[in-house]
Amino acid sequence: MQRFSGLAVALRRGAWGPQWRAPEPQAAYDAVIVGGGGHGLATAFHLARDHGMSRIAVLEKGWIGGGNTGRNTTIIRSNYLFEESSRLYDHAVKKWEALSQTLNYNVMFSQRGVLMLAHTVHDVQVFQRHVHANRLNGVDNEWLSAEEAKEFCPPLRISAGMRYPVLGAALQRRAGTARHDAVAWGYARAADALGVDIIQNCAVTGIVRDAAGAVEAVETTRGKIRTPKVGVVAAGNTSVVMAMAGVRMPLESYPLQALVSEPIKPVFPCVVMSNTIHAYISQSDKGELVIGAGTDAYISYSQRGALHVSTHTLEAICELFPDFRRMRMLRNWGGIVDVTPDRSPIIAKAPVKGLYVNCGWGTGGFKATPGSGHLFAWTMAKDEPHPINAPFTIERFRDGHLIDEAAAAAVAH
Amino acid sequence: MSGAFRVAEGGRVDRARPVRFSFDGRAYTGLAGDTLASALIANGVHLVGRSFKYHRPRGFLAAGSEEPNALVRVGAGTARATPNLRATQVEVYEGLVAESQNRSPSLAFDLGAINDLAAPFLSAGFYYKTFMWPSWGWKRIYEPLIRRAAGLGRAPEAPDPDCYAQRYVHCDVLVVGAGPAGLSAALAAAEAGARVIICDEQAELGGSLLDETPGSAHAAWLARTLVALAQAGVRMLPRTTAFGMFAQNFVALAERVTEHLAAPDPRQPRERLWQVRARQVVLAAGAIERPLIFPGNDRPGVMLAGAARTYLRRYGVRPGARALVVTSSDEGYRSAIDLAQGGVDVAAIADLRAQPAAALADAARAAGLTVLPGSEIEGTSGRLRVRGARVRRATGGSAEIACDLVLMAGGRTPSVHLFSQSARKLSFDEATGAFVPDDAGGAIHPAGACRGVMEIDAVLRDGAQAGALAAQRAHLPTSAEVLRTVAATAEVTAVPARKPHARGRAFVDFQNDVTTKDIALAVREGFVSVEHVKRYTTVGMATDQGKTSNINALGLMAEARDTAIPQVGHTTFRMPYTPVSFGTLAGAARGNLFDPVRQTPIHAWAEAQGAVFEDVSLWKRARYFPERSETMHQAVARECLGVRAGVGVFDASTLGKIEVVGPDAAVFLERMYVNPFRKLGVGRTRYGVLLREDGFILDDGVIGRIAADRFHVTTTTGGAPRVLAMMEDYLQTEFSDLRVWLTSTTEEWAVIAVQGPKAREVIAPLVEGIDISPAALPHMSVREGRICGVKGRLFRVSFTGELGFELNVPADDAQMVWDAVWARGQDAGMVAYGTETMHVLRAEKGFIIVGQETDGTVTPDDVGLGWAVGAAKPDFVGKRSLARAAMKDPARKQLVGLLTQAPARVLEEGAQIVADASAGRRSLGHVTSAYFSACLGHSVALAMVSGGRARMGESLLVPMPGGDVTVRVVAPVFYDPAGERVNG
Amino acid sequence: MLLIPCPYCGPRPELEFAYGGEGGIARPADPAALDDDAWGAFLYHRSNPRGMHVERWRHVHGCGRFFNARRDTVTDLFACSWKVGEAAP
Repeated sequence: MQRFSGLAVALRRGAWGPQWRAPEPQAAYDAVIVGGGGHGLATAFHLARDHGMSRIAVLEKGWIGGGNTGRNTTIIRSNYLFEESSRLYDHAVKKWEALSQTLNYNVMFSQRGVLMLAHTVHDVQVFQRHVHANRLNGVDNEWLSAEEAKEFCPPLRISAGMRYPVLGAALQRRAGTARHDAVAWGYARAADALGVDIIQNCAVTGIVRDAAGAVEAVETTRGKIRTPKVGVVAAGNTSVVMAMAGVRMPLESYPLQALVSEPIKPVFPCVVMSNTIHAYISQSDKGELVIGAGTDAYISYSQRGALHVSTHTLEAICELFPDFRRMRMLRNWGGIVDVTPDRSPIIAKAPVKGLYVNCGWGTGGFKATPGSGHLFAWTMAKDEPHPINAPFTIERFRDGHLIDEAAAAAVAH
Repeated sequence: MSGAFRVAEGGRVDRARPVRFSFDGRAYTGLAGDTLASALIANGVHLVGRSFKYHRPRGFLAAGSEEPNALVRVGAGTARATPNLRATQVEVYEGLVAESQNRSPSLAFDLGAINDLAAPFLSAGFYYKTFMWPSWGWKRIYEPLIRRAAGLGRAPEAPDPDCYAQRYVHCDVLVVGAGPAGLSAALAAAEAGARVIICDEQAELGGSLLDETPGSAHAAWLARTLVALAQAGVRMLPRTTAFGMFAQNFVALAERVTEHLAAPDPRQPRERLWQVRARQVVLAAGAIERPLIFPGNDRPGVMLAGAARTYLRRYGVRPGARALVVTSSDEGYRSAIDLAQGGVDVAAIADLRAQPAAALADAARAAGLTVLPGSEIEGTSGRLRVRGARVRRATGGSAEIACDLVLMAGGRTPSVHLFSQSARKLSFDEATGAFVPDDAGGAIHPAGACRGVMEIDAVLRDGAQAGALAAQRAHLPTSAEVLRTVAATAEVTAVPARKPHARGRAFVDFQNDVTTKDIALAVREGFVSVEHVKRYTTVGMATDQGKTSNINALGLMAEARDTAIPQVGHTTFRMPYTPVSFGTLAGAARGNLFDPVRQTPIHAWAEAQGAVFEDVSLWKRARYFPERSETMHQAVARECLGVRAGVGVFDASTLGKIEVVGPDAAVFLERMYVNPFRKLGVGRTRYGVLLREDGFILDDGVIGRIAADRFHVTTTTGGAPRVLAMMEDYLQTEFSDLRVWLTSTTEEWAVIAVQGPKAREVIAPLVEGIDISPAALPHMSVREGRICGVKGRLFRVSFTGELGFELNVPADDAQMVWDAVWARGQDAGMVAYGTETMHVLRAEKGFIIVGQETDGTVTPDDVGLGWAVGAAKPDFVGKRSLARAAMKDPARKQLVGLLTQAPARVLEEGAQIVADASAGRRSLGHVTSAYFSACLGHSVALAMVSGGRARMGESLLVPMPGGDVTVRVVAPVFYDPAGERVNG
Repeated sequence: MLLIPCPYCGPRPELEFAYGGEGGIARPADPAALDDDAWGAFLYHRSNPRGMHVERWRHVHGCGRFFNARRDTVTDLFACSWKVGEAAP
């Protein structure tokens, strides 16, 4: 691997080789990862680095990082309510803090702070519960008054005449954003250097099971590949891939939109989220306002959503930040997010020997990428979950041990 | 005088109407009909911007919405100044103020240009490779520096005072683009009887026809056609960009209504969003000329040949004195000849192709122009404006040609954006050198240049056929199937972009400063996918979204990968076609129009009493009624004591109400709610709990049986819509055998709660026909009768623990009844109380609030409501889920009361609860409600605690920033545990 | 915005409708007879196909009725819709 550094950039003057190889698929691997997004590539990296597995392939039907990894609003935080969730996401945040050095790739992790706005008395109760729960679990989160929130984020409007006034905000200072494409590329380059074969334009078309029912191979558009372990990390397409092994999933795939404005000089120092009025916003290092919209109401694989979903988001943005009303939407795009009934992910063994699944991240998978890869690799290598992902099974939907972040936050009285 | 470069006559500008404007503080004069670009060029101004990364001086490349360089901030003051507008689209008006962006201190001398010197180190993706040492450096040093350097214009600094509007509209045929193809399509469709809308992003309809010489046949056709369209009732929308195409021909248009006016009517919206559902769409979006790739191709004065022609013909402005035309397509010859005729000295036509079309070369030579086939441009000279270009000839040797304009004609790229957004396929057309729509079936009809038909008469024919076919497909009577006969091939042949041989930087994406070397580097580094190259180099990601750069980038990628453009593919086209204001998209939704405000019939009275309101779902609810300078806590203490000692009145109108009627109403409620209802007597009420099918509490409320087949169901304030939707779902799809009808009556009934020991004496004189004596109307019963003379339903229920009544009266009569109650109550010392007091009073009694004690993960047993569950019932919604193992775990959180060791200490809602002070202690639960009870003289709290009911009497800790608070677990009933006070 | 074919009212814009999830998942007549696996599958397992999907919609701001529809989840185009209780075409 050609080491990256400021000095190397200066000396090489552009004389760089490929960041990863473009190998032909081999006939057999020790493990095959289905899906070349951030989570899949991170899984391959950790399988190779931490578990001594060298014959690993990542199969990507399109181009790496082309799914939700490259389509999200890059928010990273760990201020989740339930202990299981905050441990999971904080595991990732700790890895984010060293990721550029781990990968020797600048993923631009920017801990600029995430403000979550409370607009009603109920919001205040919910967010204060988050603050207390997080602090007990060693996750930073603090409560700000409306005035303190405005000081932290000057464009924020807190005047009393608003339809939904800002009553305060929860602030996680360690939270922030990162450069999404760099995460996929950085993991790809680091995994490739450890011998992982990253095979693009290779769609999995079948999962082959032996007489005992265990996984023995995958069929792909580039031939059959034998392997005893298949890790499915296919985000919005998980149901489709798992169906190849005869497994029905507690998942639904929805379009999720995001948009950016034209670039402007820095005006927005942090990330602001409002669950009550459905908007989140930050400003990229390039200067674009990066704005997240909600999901459409119906399942879809079209990678585009309806205009009224974006307009609703911009109504909320303009209500909170009326100075931005003349700003202009430059680009809008859609991803396909896989959503579980309790809005928490599944990182687990599937009910088929040799089959593992990492899915259900919904609208918030990007933030978990480094932790998810680490935990999923552990689960695949040892055939048992790491304690952190042990609660995130498929079976919880049978037994009722749900980890319902959405229900915990969204019920109004 | 409107500029030294204005030609004596011609163009569509109004020479009688000079317009004064300023750019970067200098005053200029243009003409009505000018864009800011044409007006500046008329005044000899070409340096208008600095590029994003290297801060290179830049001039106008184009004349339309594809312009990447000439981005300006327009408007004076803080609130209306708008950044990043294209000077080529800004229409000048008297007093317009514009300034350049991304430069300091000035356009001519920009300190940021130091980046240009460091360019060898700033190649594509350099930032991924560096800024990693030391590990804290990114946060403290590098990112702040990068952020400061990034961005183009400055955001507005005050709230936008303008308003925006939105319209929905249906039509038979929507025509996008009003050039020759679009106009002829609209005419044909309208003549066939279709309802037609035609829109165009420019100020005038006409497209490329606006560049025609006045008096020419095509100019005359334009004038005639506009009249005919108006007469046919076609809705014509200039300054309106179709920016997004969605499923089933749903098209979004953004109309700029007042931006071009010096003194707009304040009643007019600034912009308007049109959301059009069209049976058929004709896409006539035209084509965009491609720049050429050669070193120094970004210097001010290097311009698209077609744009130069537009400036001359449409605006009457010479973009320079002496031009070198560089072409790789036949198009360049026509532009050169037209410009020469218009008075521009054309130094030469340098054709990158070895063998130009003979006829065109001959025509050019006949017009006195020099043609240099097989040329290569080795570079340009000049600093803030091009001074010359170095041309290497096919015959060998190179020469410097002095010029102040270098005009590029790289062929035209069809604008397939909307077609592609409709999720249709594109195919590569060799003749055009670009992607064109793959099929013309269905309800979307590309026409003219956007499908590669470039010759004007063919375009007119093609448009007419497309319009006629669209009208036919919109189910209008026509006798014969309309055929599309115009071949979708361009007569223009262009060559794909190639890396120049000469040294020096050749730009592909002008705004984002992406060079040919960047693209080559990306491919060398393994970024093979077109999407990867785009993201790694940022080519095509600037505010022009690659309109002039994408196809050239594809050519360079194909070259670097030694393949062809079709194998490279193209990036996904996404909306919007050009940027759209947030305000246009948000429309009128601001302030109280952002979300509807629901107010109860008593709202005005509460407001007059000085109530403080809170938002609960869409409702405004009175939270407390401060007297004089009371704080909330003082007011709440007074209200609580008033209710407990005498009587209080509370507006409970926001409660959801559903009338459940029919012979099977009781059976239906039994299946929906956990409680039994069949045996509930007429005139009796029951507290009902509703679960989701997963076993968790969704809602609760009091349900009264009005008649054998009629129930009055109440829900929580926020839960009413979802409860009704859930009931309808089960009734229509699962229990469709039941004869039951559901009606929302939330808005029909106002609810006046009268609570307290003196409640009966207050209401007694107001009630007619109902015996309200304790024996006749016991706790948890309901009667119909007259209240203050109007028909009402009187509930005897209590959410306070006191004797209580809820007067349900028609909303229209509510204020009258309220006034009567209030007047009667004065003798009894009645207080009006709000939601905060309601919360305290019910917490003292341990009554839960769904959404406060419960959070979507709570079962009836968890909150001590196991008694309500009709265990004998075979089934109800959620019953099966309650039988799962996790629901019976003794460690589940259960509702308890907490008392603080220090009686005055009020816990914080949401605070966590732990067993001890050990390190790494885990949460046992959390505080759900906490108040100071004025009646009891100490704080009370409700909490959900793991295994809580087995912990009665235990001491637990509540960790707070100032130290742990010790609490004792008690039963969750603090006041009147025997429950005697409801009996009055 | 989808144009949704209400079998009672005809095609109407998406804003008038509420999505009702996958269709054809009947609530078991006797939930108590199901084991946890079967009940969990009823509650949560969904086919979530890439392609034709049978789904429920409610014309909530129109006739108020639920109906079934078949839609391609890749193109979002509706193939057909039918009333509750009718056989799928």
